[in-house]
Amino acid sequence: MANLLHYFASHLATLRLEFWSLLVGGFATGVMYAMVAIGYTMVYGVLRLINFAHSEVFMSGGFASYFMMRALIGTSTPSGTWSVVLVIIGVLTGGVAGAAIAMLLERIAYRPLRRRNAPKLAYLISAIGASYFLYNLAGKEFGRINESMPSPYINHTVFTIFGAPVQLYYIVIFVVGVIMLITLDRLVATTKLGRSVRAAAQDAETASLMGVNIDRTIVLTFVIGGALAGAAGFLWGLGFTGVGFYMGFTPALKAFTAAVLGGIGNLRGAAIGGLLLGVVESFSVAFVPASYIDVIAFGILVLVLLFRPTGILGERLGRSA
Amino acid sequence: MKALWDNIWTRRLISSLAAMAILAVVTGPPGSNLTPLAGFTGSFAERVSFFGLFKGQRWMVFFVFALVMFAIWWTWVSYGEQIKGALSKTLAAPQAATRRRPVRWGIAIVLIVVAALLPHVVTDPFWQAAMVEQIGVFVLLALGLNVVVGFAGLLDLGFVAFYAVGAYATAWVTGALPLPFLFGGRLDTFWAIPFALALVMLAGILLGTPTLRLRGDYLAIVTLGFGEIVTIFLNNLNGITGGAAGSGKIPYFSLNVGVVKYHWGLGPVPYYYLTLGFVVLFLIVFSLLEHSRVGRAWTAIREDEVAAESVGINPLKYKVMAFAIGAASAGFAGVMTAGQSLYIFPATFTLQLSINILVLVIFGGMGSIMGVLIGAIVIQTASMYLIHTPPAGYQPADLYIYLGALLVVMMIFRPAGLVPSRRRRREIGLAESGEGHMNEVLTGDTP
Amino acid sequence: MSDLIFNVDHITLRFGGVVSLNDVTLHQNRGEILAVIGPNGAGKTSLFNSLTGVYQPQEGSITFTGKDAKPLSVIGKKPHRVSNAGVARTFQASRMFSALTTFENIKIGAESHRGIGVVGAMLRSPATRRDERDSDERTKALLDFVGLRAKANVISSSLSYGDRRRLEIARGLATGPQVLLLDEPAAGTNPSEKLELTTLIRKVRDEMGVSILLIEHDMKLVMSLAERLYVLNFGSVIAQGTPEEIRANDKVIEAYLGSTATETGDRS
Ligand SMILES: Nc1ncnc2c1ncn2[C@@H]1O[C@H](COP(=O)(O)OP(=O)(O)O)[C@@H](O)[C@H]1O
Ligand SMILES: [Mg+2]
Repeated sequence: MANLLHYFASHLATLRLEFWSLLVGGFATGVMYAMVAIGYTMVYGVLRLINFAHSEVFMSGGFASYFMMRALIGTSTPSGTWSVVLVIIGVLTGGVAGAAIAMLLERIAYRPLRRRNAPKLAYLISAIGASYFLYNLAGKEFGRINESMPSPYINHTVFTIFGAPVQLYYIVIFVVGVIMLITLDRLVATTKLGRSVRAAAQDAETASLMGVNIDRTIVLTFVIGGALAGAAGFLWGLGFTGVGFYMGFTPALKAFTAAVLGGIGNLRGAAIGGLLLGVVESFSVAFVPASYIDVIAFGILVLVLLFRPTGILGERLGRSA
Repeated sequence: MKALWDNIWTRRLISSLAAMAILAVVTGPPGSNLTPLAGFTGSFAERVSFFGLFKGQRWMVFFVFALVMFAIWWTWVSYGEQIKGALSKTLAAPQAATRRRPVRWGIAIVLIVVAALLPHVVTDPFWQAAMVEQIGVFVLLALGLNVVVGFAGLLDLGFVAFYAVGAYATAWVTGALPLPFLFGGRLDTFWAIPFALALVMLAGILLGTPTLRLRGDYLAIVTLGFGEIVTIFLNNLNGITGGAAGSGKIPYFSLNVGVVKYHWGLGPVPYYYLTLGFVVLFLIVFSLLEHSRVGRAWTAIREDEVAAESVGINPLKYKVMAFAIGAASAGFAGVMTAGQSLYIFPATFTLQLSINILVLVIFGGMGSIMGVLIGAIVIQTASMYLIHTPPAGYQPADLYIYLGALLVVMMIFRPAGLVPSRRRRREIGLAESGEGHMNEVLTGDTP
Repeated sequence: MSDLIFNVDHITLRFGGVVSLNDVTLHQNRGEILAVIGPNGAGKTSLFNSLTGVYQPQEGSITFTGKDAKPLSVIGKKPHRVSNAGVARTFQASRMFSALTTFENIKIGAESHRGIGVVGAMLRSPATRRDERDSDERTKALLDFVGLRAKANVISSSLSYGDRRRLEIARGLATGPQVLLLDEPAAGTNPSEKLELTTLIRKVRDEMGVSILLIEHDMKLVMSLAERLYVLNFGSVIAQGTPEEIRANDKVIEAYLGSTATETGDRS
């Protein structure tokens, strides 16, 4: 008992020392989780199903932008305006690749089942199959190792908050992530496209009677979610783990956790859930050995699903009957 | 131009070309991150020769394949009904015959005799080992998962956890883990069977009781999460599991009760018979179960949980039972693996393996014991063949490209599997025609 | 005084802001054919769901008393527990196990109350075989009772509306209930089927001694069957009594006329 107290006390001390840097790091990871979580929650909104293959959308964004960066940067060290332009190109490449793969996925793995009005189980299995197909194919074509992405900027500490260094990498994530998330929020809240997405999410049948083109709306949700996840793949690839065929699995599972945490089907919930999960995970570094970090996220997922399946902002029930 | 595009056959031609292009890439040479396009270009440009009859580039071969596919498609659309009619007419008599009891028993006995003689026909050591480790064990795993996915309709993506529990329980009983002896000393591996089964069923109940209240898709992801947690613990609890390095040496299978003494030893053949015995046992027990009160209750829950509850069926209890029974079969597979390969490693018990088992069930036919048996044998034999004689450019991990694609293709074209269970086929048909409540049961949009 | 099978005491059931049942009190005597009527959305199905453990009213209590059994407090009990205690039901939109045959549907009802007996099932023990035979016999008897013997091996989804209703009744009866709850059993059936249904329901009570609680819109059917009625409107009981009393009740006429008036109003 005394041991345990001592353990926590010493770890709390670490936490106090590193509070701000853990917070900044957690927020950065959280922004990326949020970007991926949006895709889960949007598809769930209109189709009521978990897009198991979303992890591979993320991965394809990572790879596409990796190849683009390699082609443009090579061995040079870009700086100044060129860095900004490169980041924008990276985000666009990742986003376009993610959107394209998401669209293909909808076309091949989902639409034939939708046409047939197949049972839910069939969608899940089809999506799992598509996910395995894609990431193992990526492994075959691009090698089964992780590669670090050529950096479009020289990473350095830009400023400090309460002594905690804030690196340029984090600022890039914040800026890109926040711009994309706010754009999405506005898009869904104010445009005609957003209205049809919301209508389809509420009640697909009625929406189609009211003239919403359900097929197109579904494709759009995949495209938007895919673009965000693809861009997140680029941002993730800039980090120290780089890109690799397996890069999608863990972040995507965590993003799904974030979506559930925020209340699946709820866009702002997904964003909040992502940030929260990123921060919680970051702080748990102070308490839990590194090899168990993933257990924290999975544990949160299991607990939320069991005890509060509607998540923080709650929208839909997760329990049967 | 627009008219041409609108023509359904134009689009079918494009689909055929696309499908074969994908096949070309999947079967083509690998690339690397430095040459990301090499795999793709090589898939089309590489030279091939067909038994000296034909020499050319790969794209020509696959172009011809696409045309063949298109021709078959066209034939199927034009004459499919006739072909189906003729086929069902010729198959009607043999099908009716297989429904008769004596015929069924006859077939079963012939199959068992063939299976018993197999190790004397197949003497290649690679295949003898494969028959135990990769086919027999996977048949057991698939039969177990079929109870969960096929009978009870629960998608469990962490099934491999039970396999791991079975294997590690064996290591524990035989003293191969860095844990104190469980029963005062090392026991024969044979005694691991009851212990592992009990432990694994307990794990099934403990895991199932909280999680099985969840809806279908949430259950899938929670079981996946649990599976990952188990792997993380196996890898890191060095003082209990031996960590990433795995267990110590597990003794060969042996039995030592009174006058009955038997040592399975080094060769795969005795293990083959042990596995075969248990496969037959599980086949019988699971078929009896399917056609019992329990099997009917599972069907009822799968189809309409609300109605099932209204006639007094406790869904949670039956689901947990399916979990525990399925787990038992996986646990036994774990004992076999541990007792035969002597060392066990956390790296064996991955999510990929769970998916692999799922493929066997889906391919054979969810809920169809015969289908799952055939599916497991066919796919595992094929994947072993790819390891035994790999085609040029094939890497072992490529297997999962094929398995993943197979899942998608099955769901699109034959969701009930190769040898569908009659109930399942009806259910899927009804759900698709808007009858039945299968969708609701899985989404939980009830009552 | 009398022997109550259901005693519903001041229950209130809310869904968010919607109050589906508002302070509802009612009781049913053992052996009685009791009807609940009211316009659409009045809360009739919600009442059934509360009586069977599907919904949990936030206030009040529901007591079910089986024959020679301890009274069961229904609220908070799972539907299968309530079924095991002796409450059977049918659904407004019939819910069968559609991929199974008529026979299998009823058999599931007949055997669900026995213990699970999984080990026996795996070994096919003599006891299990005896149970199977018993269930088969009961199923056959019920098929005869509801007149579905000829369709025993038909896949239930291909049955007609009328036959589906009977199947649901037989499946409910197979569980050996004290009371049978019927939610609009005559909906979607033709006049001759309605007549048969009336006879069947009366036969269930008279020959099997099962009490009947009935929701129905067809006034002719209700008035000829029910011994007593409750009228629900907007979640509240607005009247109760014998068919004659209800027929003469002003509030009921208003509730029905009112709703008919708005319905026709909507259409014009
Ligand atoms: N599960 C539910 N969730 C929300 N509202 C419900 C639910 N079940 C019933 N209601 C509401 O309760 C009211 C009564 O419905 P119901 O009991 O079906 O009426 P009736 O069977 O008399 O036509 C309706 O306003 C309905 O919307
Ligand atoms: Mg109703």
